[in-house]
Amino acid sequence: MSQEISQPTLQATSTVTAPATTSAGRDLTLVWYGLGIAALLAAPFFFYPIFLVKVLCFALFACAFNLLLGSCGLLSFGHAAFFGAAGYVAGHAAKEWGLTFEAALICGTAAAAALGLLFGYVSVRRQGLQFAMITLALAQLVYFLAMQLPFTHAEDGLSAIPRGKVLGMFDLNNIFVLYYATAVVFLIGFVAMHRMTNSTFGQLLKAIRDNEPRAVSLGYEVHRYKLMAFVLSATMAGLAGSTKAIAFKIVALTDVHWSTSGSVILMTLLGGLGTLFGPVVGAAVVVSMEDYLADSGLPINAVIGGIFILCILLFRRGIVGEIQHRLGKR
Amino acid sequence: MSMQALFGQLLVGLINGSFYAMLSLGLAIIFGLLGITNIAQGAFYMLGGFTTWMLFHWAGIGYFWALLLVPVIVGLVGAAIEKTLLRRVYNLDHMYGLLLTFGVMMFIQGMFVYFFATAGRPYSVPPQLSGAYNLGFMYLPKYRGWVVLASIVFCLATWFAIEKTSLGRTLRAATENPTLTRAFGVNVPGLMTVGFGIGVALAGAAGVLAAPIYPVSPLMGADLIIVVFAVVVVGGMGSIMGSIVTSMMLGLLEGLTKVVYPQGSNMVIFVIMFVVLLIRPAGLFGRER
Repeated sequence: MSQEISQPTLQATSTVTAPATTSAGRDLTLVWYGLGIAALLAAPFFFYPIFLVKVLCFALFACAFNLLLGSCGLLSFGHAAFFGAAGYVAGHAAKEWGLTFEAALICGTAAAAALGLLFGYVSVRRQGLQFAMITLALAQLVYFLAMQLPFTHAEDGLSAIPRGKVLGMFDLNNIFVLYYATAVVFLIGFVAMHRMTNSTFGQLLKAIRDNEPRAVSLGYEVHRYKLMAFVLSATMAGLAGSTKAIAFKIVALTDVHWSTSGSVILMTLLGGLGTLFGPVVGAAVVVSMEDYLADSGLPINAVIGGIFILCILLFRRGIVGEIQHRLGKR
Repeated sequence: MSMQALFGQLLVGLINGSFYAMLSLGLAIIFGLLGITNIAQGAFYMLGGFTTWMLFHWAGIGYFWALLLVPVIVGLVGAAIEKTLLRRVYNLDHMYGLLLTFGVMMFIQGMFVYFFATAGRPYSVPPQLSGAYNLGFMYLPKYRGWVVLASIVFCLATWFAIEKTSLGRTLRAATENPTLTRAFGVNVPGLMTVGFGIGVALAGAAGVLAAPIYPVSPLMGADLIIVVFAVVVVGGMGSIMGSIVTSMMLGLLEGLTKVVYPQGSNMVIFVIMFVVLLIRPAGLFGRER
């Protein structure tokens, strides 16, 4: 059943990852990285830094989601659980325990990893739609917990989280410092995920995605590899959530709500499923769109639903996927 | 705790269980026939509740007519959506069907929130069903008893229609092997439209039954569908009877939790799902594939 989905993903990987093995391809990837880093450095001089911080947090989140769907073919409908839970833990660590920026990020990310291990253990044994249903239900459990546990402050949210200083020196209340710190966190996560996708482990995940029975017959314990991918994806979603919590000084129930899981799916889909830069582009588009719609008075959820429908019917490759497809044809 | 409170909550549990049963039954029919997990099922339930409310307040059409008309209206809306949208993703990965219905859900709910705001609207119990019976150990509001009965009738009628009638036989054949069924001259694409219509009509009917109990609001089905997903996972995709029994059982357990440990009542079904997945990964009535 993963025939159809593997089609666009394979095309994408053949233009992104496969050339990395040849020296010319590696050069090309380096060029892309160079351009990306230059864009990251220059961006705050053209756009409002806080907006960019939001885009980067969601871009990292979308990349984490894409890691699971793109390389494993597992559609998680509950990634907000890791994003939000990590945010709550990081925020609590920074505010109540007085931990530094870095330590709070580590706490939040570790919490997401632990939650990912727990949820992954029961969910990866089911496939396809069942997997999506289970992750959605488990995430709802986290949502209700967030509504009732004392340290999340329910409807009010965890607010007034102190940003602190990076490395004890640079004050994050300066929005440029905040932006560059976020950009570094994003880059670390992005490079780690890219490395993983191209590693032997990443290749193995693709083999499992494309033909699970064959991977089993070759002696691989597929559930264990899927679980590892799930935990990694949850961890990265947690890193994104922790960063967002501290950068915006607030964690609210929307961060663990299923609508956030839906919006990260939309980002990945719109940008290009299984592509390297797709989730980043998708996050930028969706975040700008949500900001714009919030002031427009239009029914925001209905518009997003409509875009979802159009995207699936007419634009399944996504922005980056479509560009790669056009370039590849020529 | 008083006996009255205990039985009262168990009754509420039974009612919720009935709604889970109707929604998961519709979900099972749609999944079997179309291979799509219809996450918009909760939105169709809301549509049912709202149509009931609109029929009464805008056209003066009462409860019993609504019970007849609303499933038809909701079913037709569903059939139209199937014909225009869902049809286009059948030959793609199943994932796209789920995402498409997610978009449909967001769209329908978003539109209703926009036009009606999120506040709940009351719908009064029809006069023939107001009042209560004294059962000795508790008072049973007539309407609540009616809901449980009516939903059991709906579920059994659906079960009967699928298992014992000729339409049901063709539906099952199309589920089993669409290509071969088509070769026998059966209009399978038409059947799929009908199947989707029946599936969402069940959700619409549940919406009518719910209107006098729960306030009618645009988001009334948003969280419900996630609970129904958990119920389906616990029961395992498999038998119709299995999913009805699981729904009722989990509804009752939820009611019981409301008495014993109220804070945990909205989580208990998800916790049970977690435990069932640990012990029996295929679900209670499902078969390991």
